[in-house]
Amino acid sequence: MPLDSTQQNKRDFKVVGTRPLRPDGIDKVTGRAKFGADATAPGMLVGRILRSPHAHARIKKIDTSKAEKLAGVKAVVTRADFPDKTDGDAALYDVLYNIMARDKALYEGHAVAAVAAVDARTARDALKLIKIDYEVLPHVTDVDAAMKPGAPVLHNTIFTDGVEPKPKKPSNIVRRYEFGHGDVEAGFKKADIIVERTFKTEATHQGYIEPHACLANVGPDGQGELWVCTQGHFMVRDTCARLLGMDISKLRVTASEIGGGFGGKTTVFIEPVALALSRKANRPVKVVMSRDEVFKASGPTASTSIDVKIGVTKAGRITAADATLRYQGGAFAGSPVEFGAMSTFACYDLENVRAIGYDVVTNRPKQAAYRAPGAPMAAFAVESVIEELAHKVGMTGIDFRIKNAAREGTKSSYGPTYGPIGLLPTLERAKQHPHFQAPLGPNQGRGMACGFWFNFGGQTCVSLNVNIDGTVALSVGTPDIGGSRASMCLMAAEELGIPYDKVRAIVADTSSLGYNDVTDGSRTTFATGMATILAARDAIKKLTARAAQIWGIEPDAVTWEKGYAKPAGANAGNFPPLSIAEIAAQAGATGGPIAGHHEYSADGAGVSFATHICDAEVDPETGATKIVRYTVLQDAGKAVHPSYVEGQFQGGAVQGIGWALNEEYIYGKDGRLQNAGFLDYRIPVCSDLPMIDTVILEIPNPGHPYGVRGVGETSIVPPLATIANAVSAAAGVRLTSLPMSPPKILAALDRKAAAE
Amino acid sequence: MSNIHVRTKINGDVVEYVCEADETLLDVLRNRLGLTGAKEGCGTGDCGACSVTIDGRLTCSCLVLGAEADGSEIGTIEGMANGEQLHPLQRKFLEHAALQCGICTPGILVAAKALLEHNPKPTETEVRFGLAGNLCRCTGYDKIVRAVMDAAQEMRRA
Amino acid sequence: MVKVVVWGSLKPHTGGKAELEIEAGNVRELLNRLGEAYPGLKPQLARGVSVAIDGVIFRDGWHEPLRKDSEVFLLPRMVGG
Repeated sequence: MPLDSTQQNKRDFKVVGTRPLRPDGIDKVTGRAKFGADATAPGMLVGRILRSPHAHARIKKIDTSKAEKLAGVKAVVTRADFPDKTDGDAALYDVLYNIMARDKALYEGHAVAAVAAVDARTARDALKLIKIDYEVLPHVTDVDAAMKPGAPVLHNTIFTDGVEPKPKKPSNIVRRYEFGHGDVEAGFKKADIIVERTFKTEATHQGYIEPHACLANVGPDGQGELWVCTQGHFMVRDTCARLLGMDISKLRVTASEIGGGFGGKTTVFIEPVALALSRKANRPVKVVMSRDEVFKASGPTASTSIDVKIGVTKAGRITAADATLRYQGGAFAGSPVEFGAMSTFACYDLENVRAIGYDVVTNRPKQAAYRAPGAPMAAFAVESVIEELAHKVGMTGIDFRIKNAAREGTKSSYGPTYGPIGLLPTLERAKQHPHFQAPLGPNQGRGMACGFWFNFGGQTCVSLNVNIDGTVALSVGTPDIGGSRASMCLMAAEELGIPYDKVRAIVADTSSLGYNDVTDGSRTTFATGMATILAARDAIKKLTARAAQIWGIEPDAVTWEKGYAKPAGANAGNFPPLSIAEIAAQAGATGGPIAGHHEYSADGAGVSFATHICDAEVDPETGATKIVRYTVLQDAGKAVHPSYVEGQFQGGAVQGIGWALNEEYIYGKDGRLQNAGFLDYRIPVCSDLPMIDTVILEIPNPGHPYGVRGVGETSIVPPLATIANAVSAAAGVRLTSLPMSPPKILAALDRKAAAE
Repeated sequence: MSNIHVRTKINGDVVEYVCEADETLLDVLRNRLGLTGAKEGCGTGDCGACSVTIDGRLTCSCLVLGAEADGSEIGTIEGMANGEQLHPLQRKFLEHAALQCGICTPGILVAAKALLEHNPKPTETEVRFGLAGNLCRCTGYDKIVRAVMDAAQEMRRA
Repeated sequence: MVKVVVWGSLKPHTGGKAELEIEAGNVRELLNRLGEAYPGLKPQLARGVSVAIDGVIFRDGWHEPLRKDSEVFLLPRMVGG
């Protein structure tokens, strides 16, 4: 579909699509903004958590008596303080077990006890006085090793689901998934060339600069308040209330400004513990994770092992595609392997496709979502093989992908048929982009890859109140992780026809607004945005009704235009237009406060596609890779605030660069994390990178009034393979394991030299 | 552990405090003085979110003891604006959308200001190396570098 | 009758069939009747599913109507980051 031919793109947007300053900007550049660890309360105690030094151990006995007697210690909690109130909800039980170990410690860093004391030193000393009797057990941290018969078993309640016959013995394989259609065996028979490869990726962390932090305050009447940095304060409220046996209405959670999340703050880790401590001590308790704890005890993403087999004809048409994905998600079920499997071949138009996924547990921290969970690893594997195939049939990577790309009407690899999608436009635009024509220097190579993410909607609630001066107060329930408040104000201003700076958005606390799902799935601009638009339209109905009242005419004889109520036609009456301010000023006399609401479960999110291009330079002596040039082309549906859309493209691409080149969880033989700090868990720094060029395409999503598609996650999907393809072109070696750190590249170069 | 009486200047104001011998300057700023602009991202001097200047020199306040600040002049993010008037760097960060979550922003602004005070006409590479001690996970640094170069140009014209 | 397709690893619970015919006017009826007809699906339904109707993925839309010519897929419940 050509880019500019649709209804939505024809709409003449007044403010949507511009780049005004964000409403929370001044606070953020002056240090005034309050993040998770910035709150204090009178009488506040410091909470600290004791964590298992063992990767796998039975906890035979916990003795907290000495710690409780230490002067200044006001509360100590252990598993005894967390009775099981999960009522058969297996996923919630896993959360309970994760936030405080029960009969076993399942990973190094697993919480085993916690104290609240008058200051940090006393809390630290108290932890040292807690005596734990561990029976150390054999551990396993590698996904393939965990699947082998004879591997140490973490849970004797796990019997692999999705296999026939059902196993009689427990194992570490939670579930088998299978997606696809057609007949891959028949498809491979039709292929002239088949490439089959195995890939491994190591676990990475979202790497948000702000550690988890919260301030809990539970009173003697059992009513609680919680200040927390989170991607979903309603989720925190409901989860903590259920775990602690509190009525949801008794817990009020306020979302602080959040210093990064990327999916890692869509669950709870320290919050139930802080609340339990506060309830026991009857005083506010602040708990802040150290960076060491963040790496060891929050939610990194899965490490994976992936087999990919793809067959093509000599003419370059894929005849069959088959993948087996093994993902470990830490000590509890729920690695994102099903999304990996579903998204593996999503970019391609395939007659015969199959993706099998295995969810595996290991003695590592329980994984949490990380930007397009499960997809980047799968794309790394597939896009590497695609590149190899393209070269084998004598086509460029981009032409091969264009030839096999999914488009509107294609049956996706995960099942449903695609509506209008933006993959081909990104590929065709990439082909014309100057980056493709730029000359390459010595030791440099160019790579490209495609990526896909689902995006989705979720429960959303927005309240829009018109103040008596005609300005607007907008309350949303999705924490602002990327500048979304600015976009919400743009959409409200667009609908109401008033200037952007007359709208002010806040993230309301859980007692002030109905339920909102977490900020994830790239859903905020889509779902909260759509709710904002509909709440504004609801407010407009009320504003026009008030104008009708003021003029003494029927409400349907009034229209709304550019911030003014106007008679609908000459027959309605010859009244001068009433501004929003004029109507609002009379609100008290015409029926009371004027507000618009929208509460719903948003659906109809549009999938989004991206193509990335990268030039990399590999130093043959050190194996170090330098990213020389990087371009992101992605379909945003409609870019409400283009600067923040570009920011998402760039941020996701750079996380992918770190994942591809340097970042990894390194475990010792003892099952302990060796690099739990930013020195040795090396994320990209400013001097590692060039400018990240961005191209925003707009293929409108029919499910949103402005055509918005989520943008936050897709940009982390292509980089791993883009860079693998660039490194392969630059150094002449193809790496099949991530990260492609210098020692690995050197080793590959040495092997290549030895073979020659 | 004995307490130490410290007398220092912070953002031009004379400040006195009492702290423990092993307390970091970062802890003092945040917990005793209420200056929460500097953030603890790692506690080991690897992320730069706690950046301050001590006698004009860019420093990680998590690696300095509160007691060591005695007799020095400390510059924090809270002192960057001049009343209502934002520093050009602060303005340019907003114009260029050089922040997303904003947690690294105070540290990066302090580092950028220190950089431009030493080198008013940096190249892009010099800006990138000047900020290499400040981790940002949201932006990919692109808009940050543009904002700093733009602010440097404006400051040179003034 | 609505035709619904379940993903490959659920086939052991549906007698080996990926394509099922269920009498249902909306998503809620579909999920309830799937569980009744194929009790082996109940644990997955309890864990959570999304339903794709004519290419659009719904996570919570119990009252979404289904036409007899709708293309309906059962998918694992979507989570993002």
